[in-house]
Amino acid sequence: MATATTPQAAGIIGAAVPRIDGPVKTTGTALYAVDHDFPGLAHAVAVQSTVGSGRIRKLDASAAEQMPGVLLIFHHGNMEKVYRLFPHQDDATTSEARPPFEDDKIYYWGQYVALVVAETLEQATAAAEAVRAEYDAETPNVSADLETGFTGQRHSSWKRGDPDKALAEAPVVIDETYITPVETHNPMEMHGTVAVWDGDNVTLYESSQGVVNHRIVMAEVLGVPRENVRVISRFIGSGFGGKLFPWPQSTMAAVAARKLNRPVKLSLDRRMMFSNVGHRPLTEQRIRLGATADGRLTAVRHDFLNHTSMLDDIVERCGEQTPFIYSCPNLEVSSGLARRNVGTPTPMRGPGAVPGLFALESAMDELAVKLKMDPLELRIKNDAERDEGTNLPFSSRHLKECFTTGAEKIGWKQRTPEPGSMRRNGKVIGWGLAGASWGAARIPCTATVELCPNGRICVRCATQDIGTGTYTVFAQVMHAKTGVPMDRIDVLLGDSSLPDGPTSGGSMATSAVLPAATNAVNSAITRLMNIATLTQNSPFYGAKPETLTLIDGRIHMKEPEQAGVRRMALTSDDAPAVRPPAGGIPFEELISLARLSGITATGRTFPSFEDPKAKAYSLHSFGAHIAEVEWEPDIARLRVSRIFSIFDCGRIINLKAGANQILGAAVMGVGMTLLEETRYEKRTGQPINGSFADYLVATCADLPELDVTFLDYPDLIVNEYGARGVGEIGMAGVAPAITAAVYHATGIRVRELPVRIEDLLQSKIVEV
Amino acid sequence: MQTFNYVKPASIDKALAAANGGKFIAGGTTLVDLMKLSVEQPTGLVDINLLPLDKIETLPTGGLRIGAMVRNSDLAWHPEVQKSYAVLSQALLSGASPQLRNMATTGGNLLQRTRCAYFREPNAGTPGGYGCDKRTPGTGCAALEGYNRTHAVLGTSEHCIATHPSDMCVAMAALEAVIHAEGPKGKRTIAFADFHKLPGNTPHIENALEPGELVTYVDLPKPIEGSRSVYLKLRDRASYEFALASAAVLAKVEGGHIRYVRVAMGGVGTKPWRSHEAEAALMGKTADAAQFRKAAEAALAGAKPHNDNAFKVELAKRCVVRALKMATS
Ligand SMILES: Cc1cc2nc3c(=O)[nH]c(=O)nc-3n(C[C@H](O)[C@H](O)[C@H](O)COP(=O)(O)OP(=O)(O)OC[C@H]3O[C@@H](n4cnc5c(N)ncnc54)[C@H](O)[C@@H]3O)c2cc1C
Ligand code: SF4
Repeated sequence: MATATTPQAAGIIGAAVPRIDGPVKTTGTALYAVDHDFPGLAHAVAVQSTVGSGRIRKLDASAAEQMPGVLLIFHHGNMEKVYRLFPHQDDATTSEARPPFEDDKIYYWGQYVALVVAETLEQATAAAEAVRAEYDAETPNVSADLETGFTGQRHSSWKRGDPDKALAEAPVVIDETYITPVETHNPMEMHGTVAVWDGDNVTLYESSQGVVNHRIVMAEVLGVPRENVRVISRFIGSGFGGKLFPWPQSTMAAVAARKLNRPVKLSLDRRMMFSNVGHRPLTEQRIRLGATADGRLTAVRHDFLNHTSMLDDIVERCGEQTPFIYSCPNLEVSSGLARRNVGTPTPMRGPGAVPGLFALESAMDELAVKLKMDPLELRIKNDAERDEGTNLPFSSRHLKECFTTGAEKIGWKQRTPEPGSMRRNGKVIGWGLAGASWGAARIPCTATVELCPNGRICVRCATQDIGTGTYTVFAQVMHAKTGVPMDRIDVLLGDSSLPDGPTSGGSMATSAVLPAATNAVNSAITRLMNIATLTQNSPFYGAKPETLTLIDGRIHMKEPEQAGVRRMALTSDDAPAVRPPAGGIPFEELISLARLSGITATGRTFPSFEDPKAKAYSLHSFGAHIAEVEWEPDIARLRVSRIFSIFDCGRIINLKAGANQILGAAVMGVGMTLLEETRYEKRTGQPINGSFADYLVATCADLPELDVTFLDYPDLIVNEYGARGVGEIGMAGVAPAITAAVYHATGIRVRELPVRIEDLLQSKIVEV
Repeated sequence: MQTFNYVKPASIDKALAAANGGKFIAGGTTLVDLMKLSVEQPTGLVDINLLPLDKIETLPTGGLRIGAMVRNSDLAWHPEVQKSYAVLSQALLSGASPQLRNMATTGGNLLQRTRCAYFREPNAGTPGGYGCDKRTPGTGCAALEGYNRTHAVLGTSEHCIATHPSDMCVAMAALEAVIHAEGPKGKRTIAFADFHKLPGNTPHIENALEPGELVTYVDLPKPIEGSRSVYLKLRDRASYEFALASAAVLAKVEGGHIRYVRVAMGGVGTKPWRSHEAEAALMGKTADAAQFRKAAEAALAGAKPHNDNAFKVELAKRCVVRALKMATS
């Protein structure tokens, strides 16, 4: 709901607009996936493997089958047929390619081995506990050491110049390995599915970041035509990437519902979130930097491995930013996959960039220390003027200004480089900085806009709002173009039966929906004006459409003298004897004069990858974080006290939602740096800290003071508003900024996240 | 979770009569959690929320009597506790979350169980599950060779290295509280130091209560005139995490010398860990950093770290030193 202080009409673009879906969420009336209920609905509970590798020797469901209320137990011995998707050879993407219960093999701890469906959740839970599985277990490989014994292939990319030669000749070299642990997406809302069949049609209530993709995947998995599947995700308790692609529980619920001919609900529990629905994979990254004595980069090598599951090849693209973030003539990136007995990894906020920039930016900080150079100066000195990876000009790059603005804000000039040399209120403080980048694109999108006879505007698109403010972006565009108040705009998203919209991923939803929404509303207005001039009993009958305008949802003549045109029209016999009122007429009045059910138009977004103009540029957002930590050596207590985040993400459409993304990402970055790590038990492969008590995320008490600045340079190559995206980039660069600050405060260089008390106890800095 | 009977008696007598084979349930924040994990499988629950044990009263001796059903929040914010037993208030407020503290009770907190991840695994101590001598004696201890970063370094045995997780109990150990219990055999009191048991060969026996015995009150002795007390908790994140190391200190300094001192530690012991060694190293000595460090060394002299928790030894020392500084400054 727009408040009185929200700018009106076109001014709403770029303003701080409260989310239009806020009230239904805060009052608890928004229905999330597993909130949906239906007559006859049955409850399903999954049974998980308690070994991390091997095969099921015996699965005994006989006792469970006899328990009260039990309707069905699926396992590898009796699972209905479902189909696979061939990776990369399809219109859609799935996550774990192996269909559930396909055979008796166990690839990771927690893999689903059975599904129990019963009349109530309690009955299903009790029966699930009574399913007995015996295994021929093998010791799983969950080793966090990826390099030792690595036998897989390494893929080289982005090679330019001769990095090895340049390294050999470089006067100053950094050669270090950085490790980021497995991190688990922990959205508040867990994955869940309610499957409802009606004949050969199925509706799936999901928590999905991509209802269109989900629909295609499920149609193929279930072996039904695409038009028979409808996926609904009206509200999503966030996803962070974990809900981009369907996971097996969707298949399990749909197949059980088909078999029973009853609606079936299946939700994961928090424990399952750690094993069955993806994670950010472990990365091990060797960075080699060569530089001249005065700090010019001469060579960069970024060689990384990440772990993946036994059956899926998921590359965490740690080297994506490496070729262009700084200028360097000799460069190479290589990647490799190490198989482990873990669930399938999946993108997590800022995939690739977040671990990749932790490594690269940490190495830059180490280089600065070695050069005795200010880390800020090192960044400025090596700033890239064009994308040296693709050899294209940047559409809009202001990384240097991000750094200098941040430096100004914190007072970087006062920084003394010696570790432990800065104090405040009896605590040691440390300052560190790091850069960030993330790609931009305009991906396809279709939206329809309907001007309704009740004076409302309805816009429809099969994208979804994962909590980022997509509903509000649509409403802002509608309001900006029509002046119809925000509370008379209905935005329908999160339903695959609407016109195809983009997946909410890659920070590309906003840049994709803006053109489609704008084109749709512009066409609707054009049609409205045409109809206004073509409808006989309209006060604008006979006028030229271009002479009309829409202000506050009312049709007006643009200029007073145009009234002459109007009078001429009135002289014709069949024209009604009405005059255009001074204040114009509400658009809905015209719709009823013309006896229409509404005026609808469709708008599309033309993708940037098919646009020659966009293809001539490197499209990226940039940013910098400057972090301050407070360190109490006597009790080894470290807290992040301030983070300044300065971002160059094109034009910000909704300042409130945009800042919210960067703030949330910075908080997630604090968790990543100091707390988060999914630990696999070495004997069973179990994520041994799979609960909110044991897997630590940042709490409110851990939050530093956060200060977000947007440079707000529009990037008109991406779209007419100049908007790129803000979802992921905010998390990139947080970890290296904090670990640089940790080094500055404690003298301890942490190259393996998270930073732990164990590491900090080694500090030689003492309290004064 | 297993099917169970449930009763909610209104008197202590009726509760004791109903206890037979079942479990008392107070705030339920430990018990229900563990029932869902199949760690606890009581056949019956006796809900003690109606019992008249929810008061905090001053004793004629000048001490404080805390009913077993007094909620952790109410205890922490009680004016007399804040004034005269600051260590207890601080310990309580450092634990769990506000929501949990509003439910958790004094009796339940005494009896909360370890957070050892192996222990909490539904199938631990059963064939095919992790060995856990606490769950099923004779099945071994998966934590010994497993991930044991949060485990204990003091009071461990080859059968169990699980940490006692309570903050409240650490303060009570330092305060030398007395526990009142009532059971089929009548009423009795148990000194705090005797209440929790070391694992030894019987890690499944965690405390001195007999089957069916109910904790009714916890008494705190009269505050020591001129003393100050402090609870310091160290952990990875700033709130809502169990202690990696904590220290409860009561101290009285006169003329620069320590005339009274009690030191207890949390996060490092298999029970709330009163350190007589630290106290002995401090009594009568000057209140300075060097003495504090000596006391801390003495407190951890018997520490036995495992793979992932060696850091706790140094962390606990620093924690004790800082808490002593705070209590004597
Ligand atoms: C996520 C989480 C985080 C936590 N963090 C912390 C922390 O940081 N620090 C901390 O100290 N604690 C922490 N706790 C533990 C919390 O303090 C305990 O769960 C709580 O104190 C237990 O009290 P309760 O009344 O809910 O006990 P219940 O769950 O009702 O009972 C626990 C046990 O005590 C028995 N019992 C209860 N009352 C009596 C009685 N009067 N007589 C005999 N037996 C009785 C029950 O039978 C049961 O076995 C945390 C708990 C959770 C779930
Ligand atoms: S430490 Fe104790 S509770 Fe944990 S596994 Fe070993 S025996 Fe069980």
